Amino acid sequence: MDTQVMTADAPEASRCGMQTVRPIEEVKSVVIRFVGDSGDGMQLTGNEFSKAIARAGHDFATHPDYPSEIRAPTGTLFGVSGYQIQFSSGQVFTSGDAPDVLVAMNPAALKTNLSDVKHGGMIIANSGAFNKVNLQKAGYQSNPLEDGTLTDFRLYTIDISDLTAQALKNTGIAKKEVGRCKNYYALGLMLYLYSRPIENEEENIRAKFAKKPDIAEANVIALRAGYAYAESAEMFVSTYQVRAADIQPGRYRSLTGNHAAALGFVAASELAKVPLFLGSYPITPATDILHELSGLKHYNVTTFQAEDEIAGICSTIGAAYGGVLGLTTTSGPGMALKTEAMGLAVMLELPLVITNVQRGGPSTGLPTKVEQSDLLQAVYGRNGECPIPVIAARSPADCFDCAIEAFRIAVKYMTPVIFLSDGGIGNAAEPWRIPDPAALPPLDVKFRTNPDGFEPYARDEHLARAWVRPGTPEMEHRVGGLEKHFLTGNISHDPLNHQRMVEVRAAKVAGIAKDIPPLEVEGPSSGDLLIVGWGSTYGSIVQAREQAELAGKSVAHVHLRHLNPLPAELGDILARYKTVLVPELNLGQLARLLRERYLRDVIVMPKVQGKMFKVSEIYNRILELC
Amino acid sequence: MNQMTEIKPLTRKDFESDQDVRWCPGCGDYALLAQVQKLLPTLGIPRENFAFISGIGCSSRFPYYMETYGMHSIHGRAPAIASGLKLARPELSVWVVSGDGDSLAIGGNHFIHAMRRNIGLKMIMLNNRIYGLTKGQYSPTSEFGKKTKTTPLGSIDRPFSPVSVALGAGATFVARTVDSDHTHLLETLRRAAEHPGTAFVEVLQNCLVFNDGAYNTLADKETRDDARILLEHGKPLRFGKDGNKGIRMRGFDPEVVTIGEGGVTEADLAVHDESAPNGGLAFFLSQFAAPLPVPLGVFRSVEAPAYEALSTQLAADARAQKGPGTLEKLFNSGDTWTIA
Ligand SMILES: Cc1ncc(C[n+]2csc(CCOP(=O)(O)OP(=O)(O)O)c2C)c(N)n1
Ligand code: SF4
Repeated sequence: MDTQVMTADAPEASRCGMQTVRPIEEVKSVVIRFVGDSGDGMQLTGNEFSKAIARAGHDFATHPDYPSEIRAPTGTLFGVSGYQIQFSSGQVFTSGDAPDVLVAMNPAALKTNLSDVKHGGMIIANSGAFNKVNLQKAGYQSNPLEDGTLTDFRLYTIDISDLTAQALKNTGIAKKEVGRCKNYYALGLMLYLYSRPIENEEENIRAKFAKKPDIAEANVIALRAGYAYAESAEMFVSTYQVRAADIQPGRYRSLTGNHAAALGFVAASELAKVPLFLGSYPITPATDILHELSGLKHYNVTTFQAEDEIAGICSTIGAAYGGVLGLTTTSGPGMALKTEAMGLAVMLELPLVITNVQRGGPSTGLPTKVEQSDLLQAVYGRNGECPIPVIAARSPADCFDCAIEAFRIAVKYMTPVIFLSDGGIGNAAEPWRIPDPAALPPLDVKFRTNPDGFEPYARDEHLARAWVRPGTPEMEHRVGGLEKHFLTGNISHDPLNHQRMVEVRAAKVAGIAKDIPPLEVEGPSSGDLLIVGWGSTYGSIVQAREQAELAGKSVAHVHLRHLNPLPAELGDILARYKTVLVPELNLGQLARLLRERYLRDVIVMPKVQGKMFKVSEIYNRILELC
Repeated sequence: MNQMTEIKPLTRKDFESDQDVRWCPGCGDYALLAQVQKLLPTLGIPRENFAFISGIGCSSRFPYYMETYGMHSIHGRAPAIASGLKLARPELSVWVVSGDGDSLAIGGNHFIHAMRRNIGLKMIMLNNRIYGLTKGQYSPTSEFGKKTKTTPLGSIDRPFSPVSVALGAGATFVARTVDSDHTHLLETLRRAAEHPGTAFVEVLQNCLVFNDGAYNTLADKETRDDARILLEHGKPLRFGKDGNKGIRMRGFDPEVVTIGEGGVTEADLAVHDESAPNGGLAFFLSQFAAPLPVPLGVFRSVEAPAYEALSTQLAADARAQKGPGTLEKLFNSGDTWTIA
């Protein structure tokens, strides 16, 4: 394809107030990536764009990708922040492999993202930022907007910096603030291009900047200017429309995984009619759960920003001992610190939920990037025989269900539960169909208050001991981390009692398998290839499998929510396929668990680049295998 | 349970659990146990509302011996666990019992932050200046040069004063007492029990196996009056067998003086003020070490809002402002859209 460099000065049409009628092209799905400096407000632009997309009734999935530096020096390659969204008239499972459209606010953003853009894709570049200094910082010898670098793309250069400044000339807004309005200009452009109205967005801006009306006004002007520019400039030959998706009727909102988890935890508390306590220490990418719950004090929610992760889980243990739903949230390094206390929770047999929004490791690793490499830590990583149930969410919205499920297991079995999410779904958003609270199943919590025949470590049919709130008369008793007598809970060093206790704790957790709903296998129920996935790889695997099926391949997919214990029928399912492929964002941790448990080989498909799987990566692997 | 059943007065016996006490015979920890069991029935709190949380160490076995709710947790973490319990259940009387290693080495972080927040915990630290349970290694309060199993050539760690640490962390109630003086121990615990925020009590405790005699001069009736100074609010800092010694401040330097010598009168002595806003004198006193007398009693007792009360208030205010939360409201807040 030829390079089409289209530039325009201040648009004639808008000056005359003329409306240009542009042909509207229908497309099935689009992937758009906004990229710019950390300070360019790309996360906001992306977020707002996804809201507009949501209002149009599309299904979508997003992927924010930002550096761990808070304000990296401007114009640098490592300071680039991006936000990708895929929306479609069909179902959307991932934020997309390759952008159809790249909105690049500066040279560094172009440089770091260009190789991802679809061949022949559209690039909208803020030419105003392609000055000598910025080009140099990005390592460009010459200006890629002019030197033929972008021959393979449809390039639109627009001086967003200058056009925004012009639009705001008479507002009296400080220069620095003018610079900050560029992102709304870009948003206006994109809203027009994808046939979205801007009225809702104007409302959003006014609500967001309610305390600074002049800034709100400036952003509204920038937004309108961007919109008008796209409408009137002769550069865009057509605008694009994606038909509304065929999704289940209902009321929706857009939720990130962390937000969904927070709502799920509050829902668990309301359903159980037991207050929620969160003890946590800030750590990326888990902190948003703490942020979210801190703002919900009018619910029965107490949040406690502890002095470290150890205090985070320990305060939670104290709260659980006090008879509330105890929650602690963290990411990898914080999990490491919580290890000893998890062992205590196992000995105390108290219900609590430990949420790990995984990130790249080891150590501080890749704080803002996705990885699934804490699975073995969750299943095994403690001293002693220390079983803890583990569940994992597959998508942002699924975090809501998993949060409730985690507490359901915790209170029924009187056990800590580890809930694994990750940076990929924690920060990414998708539409969430708002459930009817009345239709959510109640969460059964029983506190024992009858002292007759009470033994602190006597167990029910699920091997769970009783939950007794301090303050209950005539039931005073002591618990602790030393091995305890099978019934009384008093300290016991008796060898056979220890064996019995270790075994009963293991049996209790193993017994949770009976509560796991039947696994859903997508695709043929037996055959050549089965893909087993867990957690956030769900979207990529689903799409890859569907594509492979369309290409005539026999390939099935089963996705695990419960990782400890594993679902009872999983062994039978594995046995029905010749080959089992396990794509994971680690070096094969689930694969290890499967081999160990079922004594069969599986093919590991590891990825540890701080990125989600592309659909094409899994698809190509499927083609290699069948 | 029927709340209306008539309340029978509790006795010390009601607080004794059925567990055998396993400390070495003669261990100072017994004294604390006895005095706590004596104190609790007098506080007017139902027995089921007490919870004792401990870490790990000889001293941390304490909860097992109390017929109350209790948790023997992990090394150093008791203040964090107790904080969660107190926040979740502010109506409970939550006590933390631990040792100098537990509180000040592995648990130092939780120790200072509990005090900084002023959360309503009664924190009792048995300071035997040694690790007892692990059989005799030096602790953060062991003297410089002390020979232990891990310091055969003498310790090169500088000890710190737990009272100074507590004051530095902003504790609103800080006291010190000694296992050998039961009356003083009981009275100090009573004051702590009555304090609404974090109440810290250092109990100087003899470990007769690994650090015997650490507080001999304070225990011995012959020597103790010269070795200690009993702090009394509003009273001059006087001590000594004949009661004629005292502490005078010379600028920022405290010095021991004798009344009647060199023209010194009682009016020259510093006057103890446990509620002084700046806490300066309390800090001077917390740094006293031989040959200066060891201060015992309440160093500091000031009023400040308790953390759990503030937390409860925040929730009440939020509810008053926004109305009680419902799932309907929670789910439907933010940007929603409808697909028909
Ligand atoms: C994580 C951890 N590290 C180390 C230990 C071993 N340990 C148990 S008690 C103790 C020191 C106890 O000293 P102190 O707190 O002064 O109590 P004491 O026994 O003197 O009463 C140590 C090091 C442990 N139980 N847990
Ligand atoms: S070792 Fe020391 S501190 Fe421990 S019980 Fe014996 S005397 Fe007490």
